[in-house]
Amino acid sequence: MSFKREILEVGYSVPRFDARAKVTGEEKYAIDHYPENLVWAGVKRGGIAHGLIKGIDASAAEALPGVLAVLTRKDVPGTNRQGIVHKDQPVLAGEKVRHRGDPVTLVLAENREILREALRLIHVDIEPLPAVFNPEEALKLEAPQVHEKGNILLRANVQSGRGGEALDECDVVVEETFEVPFQEHAFIETENGVAWQEPDGKIVMIVSSQAPFRDRFEIGHALGIDSGSIRVISPYLGGGFGGKDGATVQCLLALAAQHAGGRPVKMWWEREESFVAGYKRHGVRMAYKMGAMADGALNALHCRLYYDTGAYAHLGGEVMALGMEHAGGPYRIPNTLIEGWCVYTNNPISGAMRGFGVCQVSFAFERMMDLLAARLGMDPLELRIRNALRRGDKNCAGVVQVHSTGIVQCLETMRRHPLWLERESWKLAASSFKRRGVGIAAVFNAMGYGRGLPDSAIAKVELTQEGKFRVYSGVSDMGQGNASAFFQMAGEILCQDASRMELVQPDTERTHPSGSSSAGRTTYTYGNALIKACEALKEKLLHRAALLLMADEERGMALLPGEVHHLPSGRKVALEVLGRVFPESDRISISQFIMPVTQDKLDTGKEFALGFPHAFFSYAAHLAYVEVDELTGKVDVKDYLAVTEGGRVINPQCFEQQVHGGVAQGIGYALTEQVILERGEIMNPCFTNYILPTALDVPDITSLAVETVEHTGPFGMKGIGEVGFNAPLPAIAGAIEDATGIRLTQAPLSADRVLKFQGESDNAAER
Amino acid sequence: MKITFVLNGQEMQIDAPPDRKVVDLLREDLGLTGTKEGCGAGECGACTILVDGESRLSCLMLAVQLEGRRIKTIEGLSDAENGALHPVQEAFIEYGAVQCGFCTPGMVLSAVHLLEKNPHPTRDKIRQGLGGNLCRCTGYVKIVDAVEAAARKVERDIPKPVKDGAL
Repeated sequence: MSFKREILEVGYSVPRFDARAKVTGEEKYAIDHYPENLVWAGVKRGGIAHGLIKGIDASAAEALPGVLAVLTRKDVPGTNRQGIVHKDQPVLAGEKVRHRGDPVTLVLAENREILREALRLIHVDIEPLPAVFNPEEALKLEAPQVHEKGNILLRANVQSGRGGEALDECDVVVEETFEVPFQEHAFIETENGVAWQEPDGKIVMIVSSQAPFRDRFEIGHALGIDSGSIRVISPYLGGGFGGKDGATVQCLLALAAQHAGGRPVKMWWEREESFVAGYKRHGVRMAYKMGAMADGALNALHCRLYYDTGAYAHLGGEVMALGMEHAGGPYRIPNTLIEGWCVYTNNPISGAMRGFGVCQVSFAFERMMDLLAARLGMDPLELRIRNALRRGDKNCAGVVQVHSTGIVQCLETMRRHPLWLERESWKLAASSFKRRGVGIAAVFNAMGYGRGLPDSAIAKVELTQEGKFRVYSGVSDMGQGNASAFFQMAGEILCQDASRMELVQPDTERTHPSGSSSAGRTTYTYGNALIKACEALKEKLLHRAALLLMADEERGMALLPGEVHHLPSGRKVALEVLGRVFPESDRISISQFIMPVTQDKLDTGKEFALGFPHAFFSYAAHLAYVEVDELTGKVDVKDYLAVTEGGRVINPQCFEQQVHGGVAQGIGYALTEQVILERGEIMNPCFTNYILPTALDVPDITSLAVETVEHTGPFGMKGIGEVGFNAPLPAIAGAIEDATGIRLTQAPLSADRVLKFQGESDNAAER
Repeated sequence: MKITFVLNGQEMQIDAPPDRKVVDLLREDLGLTGTKEGCGAGECGACTILVDGESRLSCLMLAVQLEGRRIKTIEGLSDAENGALHPVQEAFIEYGAVQCGFCTPGMVLSAVHLLEKNPHPTRDKIRQGLGGNLCRCTGYVKIVDAVEAAARKVERDIPKPVKDGAL
């Protein structure tokens, strides 16, 4: 394609550089590695929500030809404990299982068929214990204890102003309770990897992972091996969304590699296993009270949040902390009391997922805004604009907003848009048996790890001997396109076209620790490090080229496509020449960046060990046109507007990709997606009855960017990968209420729930 | 058993168990890892291949069903002689229809099949045609854009008869 020769510049749409290898099928994901002499590894899971392991009979499996090893807890060296912050999850359960997906034995076999048969032949004798499946039940004194330390992973308060007492002085107070279910990430490439042990003992692993550098420490801690003797390589992921942040197959695979005699071992969770054992979005119950003055000024919020973290911590406490920090929405609320309980149960494990604790509270606070608007007799958009955060305001956690804060601009842009202006006439045009409604939502999402955990990246860039610039990315690309953004940023500074650029995917031996691909921080943090590295390399190359070009002084040197020029003399030297003439140390630059943190001294949230509070937020205002079928209850999203503020836009096409994808997942969360649990068992562990949106369920989405400048950001950008997920649920719920008068407080907003409440309201009308 | 079929334009004979899943045969035995597996149960469309020009799910096919068929995988879609991409592949790149890319090979082949059946689909028809392919990243909008654009391009590239009927 002709545009490939053009100099890369920031701020306009460039097709992604990974797209070609992906449309031809050439790109090698972790799952595409089938080394010679492969061994397959798999796990037998307990299948009981809570119980004591009394015995394991693996004799039949061990006797099966082609079975190489059957491993149990006693074969695990080290602590046998994995986890990102709290190390409470066993690699192989030895005494007790805490959810149905707990792994009990690890089997190595010559092929997948033998592996499946061996797993079937293993019998695990588990004595069931009383179990608990609801966080509020789990808080009771007499509740079964999931962990010896009790069922509370984290209990915390975030308070500002005079707290919940200020509700008493409000002219209007609204109250409601909301509930959201567990959600599945449902990346199309399930959890997998391949690993082997080299003769010197080193373990090499190619794994679908959002955090290759942290993986080394998780594996090392769990298995008692030096993390320096583990090499993790992370190719492009077939989706992640948070579900591959933290060990999935990693510890099991390293253990298997230790027992495979140097042969490569592959572990690949099938779809059902991914459901049963993979991490989920937290289900949450949220009791809200929100009050405003008669003029519409928000005055007080009191809410109680119960996060179900399932059997293990993963990032449960951090997920809840972020939810609490966002519980008041992107608004000025001078008085808040936000109470949170993150509770262990015998449900599947909850962890990180796009919208990380925030999408749950977004449902609650945005519906509360609609309720307040109705009670106040105000336009819901006007109420939001009136209370929206501006720079200099304090958010609901009491943090002063000193950085870019574009929610007002998002809402104003929506107010001028035809979809807002023409909403009433669209609603009136509904056909028979259809009811139409329009809903809106204003949301935000913090960027970065927050205070207490340095959010850093180390970028390396090299001029190769062939005269190309090679970026060493230390942070995975799970599909969001950060690798492509790195190309674009480096090309902009180094003044090169894409044919001059190369990229090395994260590899703990070739690239530098740059944190996880998560938290809306990937492009921001690594991008900032990369800019520094590219500028330093450029300066170094100009200095060296000046020597070659016999320039008397360094003024007038310019790095141009493929060459360095000395402009005053007109002399030039090709990059290939520089690459050959100078040693590696002259052609390499490495720089580090750490995300700034908020400097506010807060007298709240002290229970959070790390990750609170945050300094930077992206903002969005969404609008949904919804049609409800009176006969079936089915809800269709007919049109959708998403206005997003994430600082400056690096690549409009990639920006839209993130918005579209977030909205589509949010539509799934709003209408159909729910991990259905019965006593800890997933009743819908496949795509036949866990319903993801298809091309028929997502409308054309209009994405508009409101461009502010985030002065700390690379080229002024902030991360926007998460914020778009948070709005569809409240916007669609608002639209359903607008269409039918039915206020659904429990997600998903499924057809059966619509019909049930429609039936109730019809009966009431008849009475 | 011996199975003879045409794979990406090349006739081949393989020796495989008749009940070997075609997706495993392609990926693991023949190294054609462009065909992906997302669910193994015919629900996600990632493993889509073309069998005698029709889109089929290779996770639901057994090796014996390949006998005598013409199979096209994503690796065989671009021009064998000059490596030029298929217009659908070109459009997927240009219109930003690729994110993680794991659904992409199946999505592309479904789109190719769709355009062969219906060269001028509306957006709704495109959505129906791709309804069996799950994508978790894109929200489908840019995929529909890309297929629309590919349809326009295919139309432009096909020589049209001039007035007297000659090409």
